[in-house]
Formats: sequence, C-alpha cells, structure tokens
Amino acid sequence: MSLLVPESGLLFWMCLSFGIVFFIVARYGFPVILKSVEARRVFIQKSLDDANTAKAMLENIKSQSDSMIASAREEQMNIIREANKLKNSIIKSANDEARELTKKQIESVRIEIQNEKEGAMRDIRSQIALLSVDIAEKLVRTELKESPAQMQLINKLLNESSPFKS
Amino acid sequence: MQKRIKIYFLLFIISVFNAGNLFAAEQFDVKSFIFSHIGDSYEWHITVIGEKEISVPLPVILIDKENGISIFVSSRLRKGASYKGYRISEKGEYANKIVYTSASGKERRPVDLSITKNSLALIINCSVLLILILSAASWYRKDKQSAPKGFVGAMEMFIMDINDNVIKNAIGKGYEKYAPYLLTVFFFILINNFMGLIPFFPGGANTTGNIAVTFVLALCTFAVISFSGTKEYWKEILWPNVPSWMKVPLPLMPAIEIFGVFTKPFALMIRLFANIMAGHTIILGLTSLVFVTVAMGAATNMGMTMLSVLLTAFMLFVELIVAYIQAYVFTLLSAVFIGLSRVQKHAIN
Repeated sequence: MSLLVPESGLLFWMCLSFGIVFFIVARYGFPVILKSVEARRVFIQKSLDDANTAKAMLENIKSQSDSMIASAREEQMNIIREANKLKNSIIKSANDEARELTKKQIESVRIEIQNEKEGAMRDIRSQIALLSVDIAEKLVRTELKESPAQMQLINKLLNESSPFKS
Repeated sequence: MQKRIKIYFLLFIISVFNAGNLFAAEQFDVKSFIFSHIGDSYEWHITVIGEKEISVPLPVILIDKENGISIFVSSRLRKGASYKGYRISEKGEYANKIVYTSASGKERRPVDLSITKNSLALIINCSVLLILILSAASWYRKDKQSAPKGFVGAMEMFIMDINDNVIKNAIGKGYEKYAPYLLTVFFFILINNFMGLIPFFPGGANTTGNIAVTFVLALCTFAVISFSGTKEYWKEILWPNVPSWMKVPLPLMPAIEIFGVFTKPFALMIRLFANIMAGHTIILGLTSLVFVTVAMGAATNMGMTMLSVLLTAFMLFVELIVAYIQAYVFTLLSAVFIGLSRVQKHAIN
C-alpha cells in the first residue's frame, strides 16, 4: 500500500527538479531547436521554390532565345528574298531604261538623219538650182547677144518670178 | 565483440557468485528483495562484498516541531542505529521511514525532505536531460542552416517526431504554446525510464514507477488542461448538451463530467506508475529466480540461472520499448486532453 501513497519528501524534490528542468528546457532548450528547425524548413522550401523559379526562368529564356533565333532566321530569309527581288527589279528597270534610252537615241538619231537628209536635199536642191541658174545664165548670156528678143524674154521671166513686180 | 562477451560473462559470474555469497545461507525473501528495489530508501545500495556493504550515503533532511531542522548523513542510521532520537522504523505504520521517538516513547514522523535514492536519481536524471537538451540546443544556436548529424540529428528526430506527429496533430492550431511543456514531459519520462533500466549506480532507481513522480506529472498536465480550457469546455462539463431532466433535479451528467475531469489525469498517473513499476518488478522477479533456486542444488540452480538471464534480457528489451511507449502515451494523452479542452463552439448548435 505504501507504494500508492506519494511521499512528501519525494514530492518536494520532484516538484523542484521538474520545475527547474521545465523552466530551463522550455526557455533555452526546445524553443531554440523548434524555431531553428522551422527556420530551416522555411529556408529549404524557399530554396526549392527559388530553384523551381530559376528553372522556369531558364526554360523561358531558352524558349525566348529559340524564338528569337527563329525570327532572326526568318528575317534573314526575308531580307535575302527582298534583296533578290530588288536586285531583279533594279536589273529589269535598268534594262528597260537602257532599252528606252537606246530607243530614244535611235529615234533622235533617225530624226537627225532625216533632218540631215532633208538639209542635204535642200542643199543639193539649192545647188542644183544655182547650177541650173548658172547654166541658164550662161546659156542666156550667149543667146542674149544674138537677139534682142531674148531681152524681152528675160524681162518677162523676171517679172514672173520676182516678188518685186514692176 | 568477443572481448565484450567475455566481459559480460565475467560480470555474470561475479554477480552469481556475489549473490550466492549473499543468500546461500539464509532463506531468500523475494518480496522484500523486490520491494526494497522498487521502493525508496535513505541510502543508495550498490552491492555487498564479503561483509562490507557498499552504498552511497545520502543527506537526511528533517524538520520537526521539537528539534527544528536537522541535516545529517544517512549512514548514521544504518542497521537500526539511532541518531538524535531519529531512527528508521522497521515495521508498523511507518515501516522503512525515519521516525522520531519522543520522550514518552511514542513514534511520530517529522517532515521528511531527505534526499532519498529516488530524489537523487531524479536530480541525476534531470541533469542528464538538461545536458542532452541544452547541448543539442547549443548546436542550433551556432549553426542555423545546415542539417544536424549524429547526436543532435537523433535528438532532432525524436523532438520533431513528437512535435509534428503527436503535439501538432492532437492539439491542432495554436499548438506551439504547449510544445515546450509536452516535450519536457516526454523527455523527462523517457530519460527517467531509460535510466531506471540501467542496473547499476547512476541508474536503476524506480523514479517513474513511483507514484509521487507520476502524481506531479499528472498534476502539471491537469493544471495545463484546466488553464487552457475554453468557455465551451467548461460549459460542456457543467451544462452539457443533453435532455434537461439529466441535469436539472439531479445533476447526473455534470457529475459524470466533473468526475471525468479528474479521472483523466488520474489515469495518466496510474498508467505510467503501474507500467514502469510492473516492468521493474518482473525483471527483479526473474532475477530472483537465481537466488530462490540456490537451495534446489547446483544443477537446477545453474539451469534456472541460465533461464533467468535469458528471460531478464528479453524483459529488458521489452522494457526498452515500454520506456518509449509510456513516455509517448503520456505525452500523446496529455496533448489530446489539452486539445479537447480547447474546444470551440460547435457549428451544429
């Protein structure tokens, strides 16, 4: 039965030692441990989250750079295509222009030639006229000596051709 | 490994020889043997070599209305000796306690605050506990980021297991306030249980198998439960939600509920006390097989000794588990009771 009756001395020492232990351990022991374990847990969670974010960011950057490369390539192709088109059009337009120019030049040359030809014809014609006049003069001179009837003819002709009519 | 086995064997032989020496001549009294071990005493008996008894004398502190305070070493009272009128009573109401015999020849007990075997064991175990927890905590003070290894890692495993799986689950929201108390209770009981299983000097005392120790622990839990009780908790005890005939003329339900308030910590007290005391008793009973069978001849004695050692070793393994389980159960139930006392108003009402 004595086992079931708490002894006052032991009660006293138990209260004292348990109280002291509780006071010290609950103040300087467990809270420190629990707090730092909790802090570590938070830190680990944060690190994991950060790693995940970094991974996502990296993937994002990678896809971004991929798309950038793809668009740059597209751009390059476009530029080349454009340049080709431009080249072709320049060549074509140059050709056209040259053709036009030659056409024009040929035209002008032709006109020139025509003009020249006409001038020459005119010259020739006037030369022929002069020649014929000379010849006619000579002819007339010889014939004039012979007959006064000739003089009459000359005057008649003069009257006919001259603008200054008497 | 072989060396270790040899040492164990040697220890075993010595203990058998020693015990044989002790008890061969007289009739072995199993009851007093067991009770003297699981009970308390004024000195810490270690062993007897030949005629010489080896024990640690402890301070006796007595307060008496006639003599005032007297402090002396317990070895002065050895073997029925008397000192300043004090002696250890052998039988009767105050058996194995210090009594004062007054001039009229009447015996009475003074206020006895002696540091007995169990008190000293408590102090030693508390020191062990303090060293364990504070050395672990000092590691955390120094290093805040990395995970601990070795001893601190093991301590963290135990602490976080109790904290996360027992306290947090049983109490729920706001458990942080109670965690230091419950963890202290857990490690206090665990260390005391383990130290009680060590069969020689700094251990071996039956601290958690002593009703005074479990009484204080249960009282603390009772206080925590009562102080953390919400309005709803007290309302459910004093005016529970039952048909009114069960509480108006005769407060049947309130009486039962109030009774329940006290039975919870009482059960905690008895459970821990009975389990640990029973474990010590079984181990001691099995050990005493060695001495009981001395009279039956050498062959029987040898066989029974072997059996006793095997069974004792087995029981010690069981007690290792029990030591943990009882600390765990006490903490778990304390946490559950605290959690129940923090009940909020039910949504159904």
